[in-house]
Amino acid sequence: MSINVRYFASLREHMGKADDRLEADLAKTVGEVWACVSKDMDMPANTLCAINMEYVDAGHVVKDGDEVAFFPPVTGG
Amino acid sequence: MIQIRTDRFDPWAELQQYQQQLSFKGKYGATAVFVGSMRDFNEGDEVRAMTLEHYPGMTEKHLEKIIQQAEQQWPFLDALIVHRVGNILPDDSIVVVAVWSAHRANAFNASRYIMEELKSKAPFWKKETLAQGSRWVEKNSS
Repeated sequence: MSINVRYFASLREHMGKADDRLEADLAKTVGEVWACVSKDMDMPANTLCAINMEYVDAGHVVKDGDEVAFFPPVTGG
Repeated sequence: MIQIRTDRFDPWAELQQYQQQLSFKGKYGATAVFVGSMRDFNEGDEVRAMTLEHYPGMTEKHLEKIIQQAEQQWPFLDALIVHRVGNILPDDSIVVVAVWSAHRANAFNASRYIMEELKSKAPFWKKETLAQGSRWVEKNSS
């Protein structure tokens, strides 16, 4: 098992990819997931985070099998 | 009922069709409707087209949640959200929100709440095609 990481919209273009897979023991929180996948790049201002399709903050704990998503502020409607 | 769709749709035909199959005919005295359409201008620039992206699964989940939250505050009989994704042209409908209730106050309040929450919480993103190049919309206007 591992953590599935997804990027959307401008953040996907910023990362140059739509998703990543991370070994679960490499990160304990959403913020640590970002640090691993971005190689310690600063998270763009206003980035939103979700675990398993629910909004969370960067300090939220992640576990094996989670889907973690990063994306910019939403602009639908 | 929530529909996320890629095809161009006529909001009034959608509403007529949906309303015809409602099971509570004679019970509602109010229908509040909001239709959002694509403008051909934004931030002082001509906008020629738009691409709307979403997060399949999370978007539907949050729209369901928004409808439930509205219903808890202003009980109603039914609500419909239709939202377009994919490639969109000026004058195309982007979103329809409709609420049916016994009296107008709940229909007005619930539809307003659903629309405002959709704008601020549901994971959709717009990318505009301009005369030269394209850009992501960074925040929604009111």
